[in-house]
Amino acid sequence: MADIRIDRVTKRFGDVTAVNALDLAIKDGEFVVLLGPTGSGKTTTLRLVAGLEKPDEGRIVIDGTDVTKAQPAERDVSFVFQQYSLYPHYTVYQNLAFPVKSPLLKWSKQEIDARVHEVAGMLHIERKLKNKATELSGGEMQRVAIGRALVRRPAVYLMDEPLSSLDAKLRAELRVELKRISVELGATILYVTHDNVEAMTMADRIGVLNHGRLEQIATPRDIYQQPDTIYVAQRLSSPPLNLVDPSLFGIEAPAGTSTVGVRPEDITIGQPSGVEGSTTLVERLGAETVAVLQVNGTKIQALVDPQATVGEGETVRVGVVESAPMFFDRDGRRIDVPRAGG
Amino acid sequence: MAEIRIEKLHKAFGDFVAVRDSTMTIEDGHFFVLLGPSGCGKTTTLRMIAGLEFPTSGNVFLDNEDVTYHRGRERDIAFVFQMFALYPHMNCYRNLAFPLITQGTPRREVRERVIETARLLRIEHLLKRPVGGLAAGDRQRIALGRAIIRRPKAFLMDEPLGALDTEFRDLMCQELRGLHNRIDATTVYVTHDQVEAMSMGDMIAVMHQGDLLQVAPPQELYDNPATLFVANFIGSPPMNFLDVEGGLKRDPGKARLVGGTEVAMPTLAQRPTDNAIVYGIRPEHILIDDHAPLRGRVFGVEYMGARQVVTVDTDAGRLKVRTGGSVSAVVGETVGLDIISARAVIFDQKTERALTRDTSPALAEAAHG
Repeated sequence: MADIRIDRVTKRFGDVTAVNALDLAIKDGEFVVLLGPTGSGKTTTLRLVAGLEKPDEGRIVIDGTDVTKAQPAERDVSFVFQQYSLYPHYTVYQNLAFPVKSPLLKWSKQEIDARVHEVAGMLHIERKLKNKATELSGGEMQRVAIGRALVRRPAVYLMDEPLSSLDAKLRAELRVELKRISVELGATILYVTHDNVEAMTMADRIGVLNHGRLEQIATPRDIYQQPDTIYVAQRLSSPPLNLVDPSLFGIEAPAGTSTVGVRPEDITIGQPSGVEGSTTLVERLGAETVAVLQVNGTKIQALVDPQATVGEGETVRVGVVESAPMFFDRDGRRIDVPRAGG
Repeated sequence: MAEIRIEKLHKAFGDFVAVRDSTMTIEDGHFFVLLGPSGCGKTTTLRMIAGLEFPTSGNVFLDNEDVTYHRGRERDIAFVFQMFALYPHMNCYRNLAFPLITQGTPRREVRERVIETARLLRIEHLLKRPVGGLAAGDRQRIALGRAIIRRPKAFLMDEPLGALDTEFRDLMCQELRGLHNRIDATTVYVTHDQVEAMSMGDMIAVMHQGDLLQVAPPQELYDNPATLFVANFIGSPPMNFLDVEGGLKRDPGKARLVGGTEVAMPTLAQRPTDNAIVYGIRPEHILIDDHAPLRGRVFGVEYMGARQVVTVDTDAGRLKVRTGGSVSAVVGETVGLDIISARAVIFDQKTERALTRDTSPALAEAAHG
């Protein structure tokens, strides 16, 4: 186990600066998720730490050793890719054992066997050990791919959207398992994704990347409740954050406010204090209902109680929970206002 | 516009039964979703409606006409596949117009319909652009436009959003549903994603291993699942299932959970085959309440901002609880869990079918009061 330090690292591809003077410190045993849309530099950052790319400027330090110029094999990291690559002609057991069979590691047969079973147990694939890799479902294949990274006990685990090719149910299951494994192993994990739910549920800290720069890094709760910028607030809201003109709901905004951000769960429907709007679409998702509204020509998305009887094409009063709005200045930075009543 | 009816539709590939005696009616103008895990027979059903596959037995009716053995192109329906193919050397206008030009439609009409379709999809500004430089979403809109422009009786879609990332998929879900509201064409949509199904469907048919388990509107499916499988498949995290000691033998108003805690039972209008029952409760119908008798230790907290999922280990088993983001729950702490019994779904353990709840108004009121 080890800590990672990224010191003012810059990586350019021709005219494009993929990673821009990035500073990031990951503590020993910490699970850090880098969140950002396509092109924000998150995968490049991961590849730089792995040694699959070389930085143009800056340093990368793993466990106190400067590895900026070290080869990937010299860095004691393991990498889980988005697309699982297993040896199709091998069984699950052979696939899992392969990374520790290297003569350089000098593991005994018993050691390898014990470790393969331990990892298979962690990932709940013990019953599949004798199956060929091609006889597995997508979820099982991805578990084996993650397992291959785990058997080696490296200093650092690097994961590039390992769950993105799985269906929703399996993703939810593996999220919980990955988090549990990270706690059990006390492993240092740097994980990259564009999925805000993955970031929120697994990370000790979330780093939000914007065009190769680290926009903010904080715990899930802090980053959700106190985003520094509109960009960060948007990345963490699902359904999307409503961005409105301060005049729309007649909200009293501090000086310098140019945009008000209201989370979908902070929109109220049917309160007398609200302004008039209409529903254009009601999505009943079971545990929650999303209402898409029009208020004076602005599209608003609201998360409403599934028991609510709101229907499509109705005229309703739309309001905002008091003290919930976030205020942003012209540059998209949040203006800090002390919240009334804590 | 059309009504689609399938009667006792059956399809076997050798020994393997892909679709078993399936009967359902897809009403004119409905957005109808076939939902299930891979291998459940949903795509095979769609392909039989499309005429890409002929059934082993049973019939397909399109507007009361038996089309079971008509070829696909004789059926006046449009099929939208997962991967959209556009002609790369043509601009958007030509791509849209192509299906009409090949049918020999007069030029003026082609023009009118391209403009109308572009307006429906809100892509008028793209018509002169080559398709090469378009964003993924716009390509998808053009591909959809090519299906719409023929004005078929029905649209059949096989996981058209499967290849997209989540943020974009949510947006396309809303757009597809909005488009459906504007043109009102009968649509049959196949997916394994319950969120897509719930957010778009007027009706959802859940399939499993070739069997049609339940056809219902989304909220009905969610609130009153007909079987354990449906209850488990719809909802994330899924419904909690608790074993009941001694089944229904004792007081019918109470269920004794493993570990001894008693919880209230909803009033049932039906008896199980041999008393053995499973107590089903959705994660959002359990409240964290320190005074509740059912107690457990918090195993995990998944914070998602607007909401969180708290996993609690109790003597009755591991339960998932869905609460607002502001409720405080700390791993390792002991909490009490209050089950909203009026929302529980009771299953016959043997048949795995839900037992009908007594929903007479007087009782419903008593349950809420």
